[in-house]
Amino acid sequence: MIPLNHFLFLSALLFAVSVIGIFMNRKNLIVLLMAIELMLLAVNMNFVAFSRDLNDISGQVFVFFILTVAAAESAIGLAILVALFRNLHSIHVDDLDTLKG
Amino acid sequence: MDFSLVLFYVLGAVLIGSSLLVITVRNPVHAALFLVLAFVNAAGLWLLAYAEFLAITLVLVYVGAVMVLFLFVVMMLDINLDRLREGFWRNLPLAGAVGVLMVVEMAALFLRAATGTGAPGAPPADYSNSKALGAVIYTDYVFPFELAAVVLLVAIVAAIALTLRHRKETKYQDPATQLSVRAKDRLKIVKLPPETQVPVEPPPEAAK
Repeated sequence: MIPLNHFLFLSALLFAVSVIGIFMNRKNLIVLLMAIELMLLAVNMNFVAFSRDLNDISGQVFVFFILTVAAAESAIGLAILVALFRNLHSIHVDDLDTLKG
Repeated sequence: MDFSLVLFYVLGAVLIGSSLLVITVRNPVHAALFLVLAFVNAAGLWLLAYAEFLAITLVLVYVGAVMVLFLFVVMMLDINLDRLREGFWRNLPLAGAVGVLMVVEMAALFLRAATGTGAPGAPPADYSNSKALGAVIYTDYVFPFELAAVVLLVAIVAAIALTLRHRKETKYQDPATQLSVRAKDRLKIVKLPPETQVPVEPPPEAAK
């Protein structure tokens, strides 16, 4: 059987990998969105592991809701990306300076 | 070391390896495909944790829908890869330091905690994960469940509204105008006196 610590360590590793991905791909919006998906996957894996360890199904219900929100987020994010590319012909983060921020 | 532990290590190694490739590979299409591999491996890990319904949902929703959307967008956009990759390895020291620090802190926490070291046993043979999840979702969590449906609806409307384009040359119908039309706007009744028979004169001979 697989101890809980194995799952927790794996998801910590996955989360760290996606944080490194966000740091390194600062210019590329698409890979940034993919790294966010990986972070959500790591969080979900923690929920599933604790749900199994505590023998409580609520953790899996939370994963269900996180999956829903993540799907909505990526759909809207990609739609914004498409609208952005249509107007600017670029998805480079440095070109998104219309608000002078 | 039993078989499920071996399977856990294999799936976990492929998961971490493919997620490393997602963030380092040059072509975004390859990154999306490695993300698919990562999600499939995560689904396998969730199966090992007896979360069958969520594992199947992960494959159906993520691999089937979200990643296809990603691939579609990545292939539709014509992006300049060289410009997006500049300064990629320059960020590695800071990123690596933050990542290693996070893992070390978490590992220290897990190793310190006494709880959770024992592995729970398998559920009984007649246990149905989907049934248990459904029994909870439709009773205790019915309001959040409907909120989740509303979130999805908002996402649909927002995604369509953001990407919808009105072309000038397209002719489209306006149902409101069509419904509010009255007969008198389109039809004009003109009173005409009844025609009387006039003898048709033969046309005069054309002069040659």
